[in-house]
Amino acid sequence: MTVTLDDTAAPTQAPRRTRKTDWGKWFTWGVLAWLFAPITFMIAFSFNDIQGRHNVTWEGFTFKWYGGVFDHAELTQALLYTLAIGVLTMLIAGTIGSLLGLALGRHRFRGQGTTNLVMFAAICAPEVVLGAALLSLFLLVGIATGFMAILLAHVMFTVSFVAITVRARVITLDPNLEEAARDLGAGPWTTFRLVTLPMLLPAIMAGGLLAFALSIDDYIITSFVAGEVTTFPLWIWGATRVGIPPQVNVMGTLIFAVGVTLAVINVIVAKRRRS
Amino acid sequence: MTATTEAPATTVAEPSTAAVPAISLTGVTKTFQSSRESFTAVGGLDLDIESGEFFSLLGPSGCGKTTTMRMIAGFEEPTTGVVRLDGTDVTDVAPNHRDVNMVFQSYALFPHLSVADNVAFGLKRKRVGKAETDRRVAEMLELVELGGQAKRKPSQLSGGQRQRVALARALVNQPRALLLDEPLAALDLKLRQAMQMELKRIQRDVGITFVYVTHDQGEALTMSDRIAVMNEGYVEQLGTPAEIYEHPATRFVAEFIGTSNLLTGTAAATTSDGTDVRLDCGQHVLVAERLSEGTQVDITVRPEKIQLSTEPPDASLSRVRGTVADTVYLGSSTHYTVRLDDDTEIVVFQQNDRDLSAADAVAGRGSDVWLSWRLSHSYLLPS
Ligand SMILES: Nc1ncnc2c1ncn2[C@@H]1O[C@H](COP(=O)(O)OP(=O)(O)OP(=O)(O)O)[C@@H](O)[C@H]1O
Ligand SMILES: [Mg+2]
Repeated sequence: MTVTLDDTAAPTQAPRRTRKTDWGKWFTWGVLAWLFAPITFMIAFSFNDIQGRHNVTWEGFTFKWYGGVFDHAELTQALLYTLAIGVLTMLIAGTIGSLLGLALGRHRFRGQGTTNLVMFAAICAPEVVLGAALLSLFLLVGIATGFMAILLAHVMFTVSFVAITVRARVITLDPNLEEAARDLGAGPWTTFRLVTLPMLLPAIMAGGLLAFALSIDDYIITSFVAGEVTTFPLWIWGATRVGIPPQVNVMGTLIFAVGVTLAVINVIVAKRRRS
Repeated sequence: MTATTEAPATTVAEPSTAAVPAISLTGVTKTFQSSRESFTAVGGLDLDIESGEFFSLLGPSGCGKTTTMRMIAGFEEPTTGVVRLDGTDVTDVAPNHRDVNMVFQSYALFPHLSVADNVAFGLKRKRVGKAETDRRVAEMLELVELGGQAKRKPSQLSGGQRQRVALARALVNQPRALLLDEPLAALDLKLRQAMQMELKRIQRDVGITFVYVTHDQGEALTMSDRIAVMNEGYVEQLGTPAEIYEHPATRFVAEFIGTSNLLTGTAAATTSDGTDVRLDCGQHVLVAERLSEGTQVDITVRPEKIQLSTEPPDASLSRVRGTVADTVYLGSSTHYTVRLDDDTEIVVFQQNDRDLSAADAVAGRGSDVWLSWRLSHSYLLPS
């Protein structure tokens, strides 16, 4: 093995290297395909021109379900409930969770350990247990099942996710930044508005989106406390026995599109802030 | 508020207005209380910092410099004592209502704001008009030679540039005093030296009181009008750089500032010029002070004050004999380490202003030499 030989042999060595299978690359593509397969099917079958009740075999291409997306009044109602609850959860859990994350990351206070523990417990506890427990709690204190109960439950189980996301960011913040703002004449509120909040915004947005995503597809907890209200996931579950209409695929596709758009916007905003 | 701080340079020149110190700490202590223990970071400070002065807090890591500075800025509340700015008690005043600005050790630039917006931050809080703000920001960026970087984000700047933005952000408010916490610590030696000159120039130009924290004694000596040497939460000595260097008040100051030689001994007899001291190694030296017989003394002499010779020096000087243990040739000077009989080592700096051959003859390792110094060049440390 001499250096000069190696140098001249370089062109003949190159193809040898490409022949070796790059397992890492194949694995990555495999995982991606696996992740996207259900979504691809959902999108594809929103264009399926079925005649009967069952949307399981490919029968031709059509746009008609997009035109008649709101034909099922019950389904539309369920979707509106879900979106309303999702947005409200995002706002309420986003706000409470952010403040909680800020407090947990910034200050030492009595009961901090307990708060952390409860937060992780809320994340780790099986949803079935949470749902059942919430139902008994609501019955006990006299909160009627339905819209408010679902909203309360969703805020309760998503708030920990927001708090943990925000807390992770708060911990990495330089505390001198806020002191610098105070030093330059900003009061506590101005400091929060002009320095703390802009720095936390990407984390708050990420936490809020997480809460929204968790809320709109929750089935288990919702099923315990929903009462007369039917949300989107609950309606679909109910419809499986009689056949799921293609409108569900259309709505799923639209929700997915909105989600992707929001995620992309979040990434772009975060990137622009950094540079 | 800005009107009064517009021309501090002129007030410095008039000694009559110097009566009220710009910053004054009276009996200030700070004890950090945690659930398990309490730790006294500042044990008791009495400091008066004059208007327009370049004042340094110098001391080893953990001696309480940053804590002191944070109490002046208002981020830390003194456990006891009073902080005054221009004679007004501000002990309980929030940082945003104190007319001092701080340059942080970590710079603490706002990463989401441009350089210009960082610098404008303080002026906007004071509701200075847009045109006036723009003008002063541009002027200040010009002063710190960052005129072309106004639109950049801090993450796109070099360390030295960030440091200057931090300085500009504080200075643009024309505060009564500027607090700088080791602002040059993160820079490399070359840049640091350039920035030292720069800071000194800016301070002279704007005439604002600078309180400068550093653990670098060279930096403090070259830049300051006065220095407070701190150790474990107390001021060991307060004085001009020359006073502190030439007349260290305590053993700590003598050892912390520059290189100094320490000789221990006992007063043996008083003479007409002072006292004859018997060193621990058995030799005798003279000191100018009159001491009662048997007093234990620590004598300190700076390396550059000592003459090294092969011939016995004049008897009116303090002199000891020793053996050259080591020499380091540094071009303009040579550093000798001379060992006495009891293994006390004395460091001597000799300027290489004589013939090199002659200096060489003196320098030989292992050769016996005389060390001598004038009585006025040695100081007794209180034990
Ligand atoms: N918030 C705090 N809680 C408890 N102890 C503290 C706190 N801040 C500082 N200390 C302690 O007080 C002492 C002095 O700290 P300070 O930051 O003033 O040192 P310093 O002189 O600035 O040191 P350096 O040169 O390393 O910056 C240190 O021993 C430090 O551990
Ligand atoms: Mg410090």
